[in-house]
Amino acid sequence: MTAFLVVLVIILFGVAVLQMGKIFKLSKTKDEEGTSEVANDKDNNIHGWLSLMFVLFIYGICIFSFWKYGNVLLPESASEHGVEIDQLWFISMALIFVVGIITQWLLYFFTFKYRGRKGQRAVFYADNDKLEFIWTIIPVIVLAGLIIYGLFTWTDIMNINDEDDPMVVELYAYQFDWRARYSGNDNTLGEANIRLIEGANTLGVDTSDPNAQDDIVVNELHLPKGRKIIFKMRSQDVLHSAYMPHFRAQMNCVPGMITQFSFTPSMTTLEMRENDEIIDKVERINKIRTDKSKELIAKQEEALEPYEFDYMLLCNKICGVNHYNMQMKIVVETQEEYDAWIAEQATIAQTLNK
Amino acid sequence: MSAHAHDHAEDHHDDHGHHHKETFITKYIFSQDHKMISKQYLITGLFMGIIGIAMSLLFRMQLAWPDVEFTIYEVLLGKWGEGGVMDPNVYLALVTIHGTIMVFFVLTAGLSGTFSNLLIPLQIGARDMASGFLNMLSYWMFFLSSIIMVLSLFVEAGPASVGWTIYPPLSALPQAMPGSGTGMTLWLVSMAIFIASSLLGSLNYIVTVINLRTKGMSMTRLPLTIWAFFITAVIGVVSFPVLLSAALLLIMDRGFGTSFFLSDIYIAGEALHNQGGSPVLFEHLFWFLGHPEVYIVLLPALGITSEIIATNSRKPIFGYRAMVASILAIAFLSTIVWGHHMFISGMNPFLGSVFTFTTLLIAIPSAVKAFNYITTLWKGNLQLNPAMLFSIGLVSTFITGGLTGILLGDSALDINVHDTYFVVAHFHLVMGISALYGLFAGVYHWFPKMFQSRMMNKNLGYIHFWITAIGAYGVFFPMHFIGMAGLPRRYYTNTEFPYFDDLTDVNKVITMFAFFAAAGQLVFLYNFVSSMFYGKKGPQNPWKSNTMEWTAPIKHMHGNWDGPIPHVYRWAYDYSKLNMDESDYVVPGQDYAPQTLPLQDNEEEMDH
Repeated sequence: MTAFLVVLVIILFGVAVLQMGKIFKLSKTKDEEGTSEVANDKDNNIHGWLSLMFVLFIYGICIFSFWKYGNVLLPESASEHGVEIDQLWFISMALIFVVGIITQWLLYFFTFKYRGRKGQRAVFYADNDKLEFIWTIIPVIVLAGLIIYGLFTWTDIMNINDEDDPMVVELYAYQFDWRARYSGNDNTLGEANIRLIEGANTLGVDTSDPNAQDDIVVNELHLPKGRKIIFKMRSQDVLHSAYMPHFRAQMNCVPGMITQFSFTPSMTTLEMRENDEIIDKVERINKIRTDKSKELIAKQEEALEPYEFDYMLLCNKICGVNHYNMQMKIVVETQEEYDAWIAEQATIAQTLNK
Repeated sequence: MSAHAHDHAEDHHDDHGHHHKETFITKYIFSQDHKMISKQYLITGLFMGIIGIAMSLLFRMQLAWPDVEFTIYEVLLGKWGEGGVMDPNVYLALVTIHGTIMVFFVLTAGLSGTFSNLLIPLQIGARDMASGFLNMLSYWMFFLSSIIMVLSLFVEAGPASVGWTIYPPLSALPQAMPGSGTGMTLWLVSMAIFIASSLLGSLNYIVTVINLRTKGMSMTRLPLTIWAFFITAVIGVVSFPVLLSAALLLIMDRGFGTSFFLSDIYIAGEALHNQGGSPVLFEHLFWFLGHPEVYIVLLPALGITSEIIATNSRKPIFGYRAMVASILAIAFLSTIVWGHHMFISGMNPFLGSVFTFTTLLIAIPSAVKAFNYITTLWKGNLQLNPAMLFSIGLVSTFITGGLTGILLGDSALDINVHDTYFVVAHFHLVMGISALYGLFAGVYHWFPKMFQSRMMNKNLGYIHFWITAIGAYGVFFPMHFIGMAGLPRRYYTNTEFPYFDDLTDVNKVITMFAFFAAAGQLVFLYNFVSSMFYGKKGPQNPWKSNTMEWTAPIKHMHGNWDGPIPHVYRWAYDYSKLNMDESDYVVPGQDYAPQTLPLQDNEEEMDH
């Protein structure tokens, strides 16, 4: 029955379209030269003005977005290299805004200013090598600056070395969760391979490897503030991506290969919770959640829990049905707090090699 | 039909092919006439476009109102929308097929297929493509691949749902997600046929442009449309085979136990035997096509825009040679920038530096093009037809999207916005919307050429343009912000992260603009269909254009011109050219000088 109705509606819609077409045809005025569908001076005038308004609309939506959505952006970087990225981002943004505002203005303003009028003569202007040279060389210079700046930043970030006594942590991704493996007192991860996965040894750690004995596997990432961390990423099944937006850090986890990323956390979770932007954001989120809870309670459902800020690790490479909920909490704390926490965690020797 | 067999010097007695009777089938279905094939491409492309855009509306609804039940899900998605709740698998399927359809079926075949076919023979003065038969084959293979892609939607476990980039191992292992079973197989089969179709088409375009130009049509007199289609075809021939190889290797990994892309995988409780392959290899192969693909989509649109902006400005395109050089530079650079999709894929960071360098270089020819378009408008006599507005809109979105590309192409900046909505906003503006505008501009401009001088209704065209223009910026401008807030793409819902709760409002705004823009496309569809049958007949050369297609008679015929093919005496851009004493235009009272017009007495010869 539903199918029949759907077909009927489609047929009726088709008939309506045809009928409208006929009306449309009849309503047309006589036009001897056949140019009624070509823009005339009136159209040029209307759409010239609309173009001018449209460029203002673009500026408007830009200003509106900054005013209204400016506060959803990420807060200041919680890692040391992130400050560099933010600065490069800011400079590039400022640059593209200047270029964008000027070029969009010229484009739509010319559309408005030179809108066609009967009798107006366009200027035959086909070439100008000097102009072409100028607007080739200016982007060359500006981009050269950006490229050099960008490459220095990139090389700094990706040059992963053993300076400053880094701590090695493995991030292990699988459908659909994360594990972190700390390298323990020897700061060396034990060998691991997915073919060794068995029972409680879910990461496939080689339990006979001496380096593996003091490794610690957890499902919450704790990082001491100010300590350089080298992350070694592994994946068990498909591609995942370890994305830590607050630290301006991301690297894919690739099965069959170990990838790495390194950063130094510069703000503890508690410090970030005191950040003005975060206070403001959490307040807004909790207001949204309270309102929603009221609706839920009215429907006799469970209310939402109030939100408290925490750093997070997200999966940012499509990995399957629960991709949208593959996350791990990150806690940045002082060295003392970290030491106390790690001391409570069981090593591989204690859990697997009992 | 041997309409192609024509000799340059003596093309007048090549008029033999079209006297025998055409049946309905040879004329409308298995036609070898490039004009009919172009219409077939256009209509198939539009049909696929309707599916692709409808899908985007469905997943936009899910993103904006994740906890609301919509009966429409159940109506359209059946068991995946039971009770009005969208299944996460089908959400991923929708984004995957939306991407595939829009990139390949609408913007590659629907745009380049339509206009390369229509315009290459008509604008260079040829009776048809070099091989009408291969051309027909190219369309029917495209049609077959479209059918298979649509059929894959009805597979029991669902269509491919690993994202349009189909990265293995997810796409290689049916146990990793339901869509990687039969759905994925059909996706690969469909794309393999699509690639074959695209190659047949591209080779044909290249041969035709090189060999079948009429007398006087030197390469430097070609309209920029033809330059764009020609170079697009070259890029296609260079890069599509690499995707085919990636697809074949993936098929082998899936079916025959090879390990090109697989290594060390433990899934569904067992360790697989595969050893030694690398998913990163697949990424290299995929993006070696994937990035040039952006320009395969965009260059035809830019070519169309060049032609339409010059015609409607009543001015020559500014810097013709620079425009050609930019197309060539973009084409060359496009094949050496693929790594910027892989900065954080785990490849050597040094490669990241190299690809940042080449990627930012591509901004230079792009900037030259944008400046040249703007200068072409300067001191023109702009005829703001719908096609012209879409062309101007294209330049606008090309600039906006291109500028954010400078951020994303910078490897250091890419780290934090990679795979977020910032990227989605960027590429939709720079290639999606821009190329769509090119498609629309082309349809409005050449509609009379396709449908016996019938013209599309201009007022509906204006409504269509303004709705689309506002909708496009309304959708994609705010989208940059949720990307900068760190929101990953391809998330079925963001409610699992309370941190993103305040982005729901932005998502609602985006979805509402998306519906607004989609409604505008209905106006276009109505206009398109009704004008096809009832459109007002205009003059032979409605836009007073210089190019050769407007000299061809208005009638159903295979071979384009009755009698001899006209010769060409000048470039395509002698708009508003004055005579030597600057008293009037070259042709008194007419502000354009068609390419077929010989040099006039009182005219200064330029080096075009």
